[in-house]
Amino acid sequence: MKRLIFILPLLGFLLIGGYLAVGLTLDPQRLPSLIEGKPVPEFDLPPLAGRDDVGFSSDDLKSEVSMVNVFGSWCVACRVEHPFLMKIKKNDWVPIYGIDWRETDREAGPAWLRRFGDPYTLVGDDPKSKAAIAFGVTGAPETFIVDKAGIVRYKFVGPITEQSWDETLKPLIDQLRQGSGG
Amino acid sequence: MIYRVLAIALISITMMSPAHAVNPDEILEDPALEARARVVGKELRCLVCQNQSIDDSDADLARDLRVLVRERITQGDSNEEVIDYVVSRYGDFVLLNPPFKLKTYALWFGPWVILMFGIGVIWLFYRRRHASVSEGNVTVNSLNEKEATRLKKLMEEDKP
Repeated sequence: MKRLIFILPLLGFLLIGGYLAVGLTLDPQRLPSLIEGKPVPEFDLPPLAGRDDVGFSSDDLKSEVSMVNVFGSWCVACRVEHPFLMKIKKNDWVPIYGIDWRETDREAGPAWLRRFGDPYTLVGDDPKSKAAIAFGVTGAPETFIVDKAGIVRYKFVGPITEQSWDETLKPLIDQLRQGSGG
Repeated sequence: MIYRVLAIALISITMMSPAHAVNPDEILEDPALEARARVVGKELRCLVCQNQSIDDSDADLARDLRVLVRERITQGDSNEEVIDYVVSRYGDFVLLNPPFKLKTYALWFGPWVILMFGIGVIWLFYRRRHASVSEGNVTVNSLNEKEATRLKKLMEEDKP
């Protein structure tokens, strides 16, 4: 009993220290996602200038496994990610839908896509974060994997790389395609 | 001199109030609705600069959230409905005031439990010390026979 008194502070220290040590390894920018497992939120965005589609709305996401990519011409990390999105497009791995987020200039998004290539099936213009807030976006780039039924299955924060594609996104997409009957 | 400088620095720091980031073009015409928007805005965390409320933050996303709060309030949502919508998108994390529920019990009760534990330890410590002191008068301060003989012997030896 007497010894316990001396061990208790040590135990307390280890407990608190343990929690803090785990806390140090967590990224405060990585927030819990509430949208995973829920249907795609309702949105209806107008098209980008110069693109001959009709815009992008939640109804476009209910037929096949797809990826929704939030980007902006102002976003440096999106430029890092962009070549890999082009690779996905070239190989036809999965359709990518774009949300062009917070452009102040209506020409900036289209110019960016002309310059670096356009990997998107459809792109919506979201200057006021309407769709972005509905998706719970906190920064760009963010990418959502949506299944055939239009349920958001995964939220990926940051630029997609070869590694994250091979290890996380591709296996998930394959699994979703099989799970819902090809 | 150095104290004077420190005092002035301290006073100026405490007198600083955070600048509001609500832009003139966002402000609603109806002062009552705007006041409600301010109340809601202070509750919501800016997701980009995480220790500021959306009212205090200059981040673009905070601005869009402020506009969204005002749109919803204008459309007739109650303060709770607006906050619930933002929480449904970003989670409890977006609340600057953590909610009181099962997941946050540790947060709310933890400090009190630790305080009670500390008071308990102090109480035990004093009770025990008190007990050993009062016991000591009987056992420790009086010598048994063997010790008394030895002491006597030592005293004898010491005599010149």
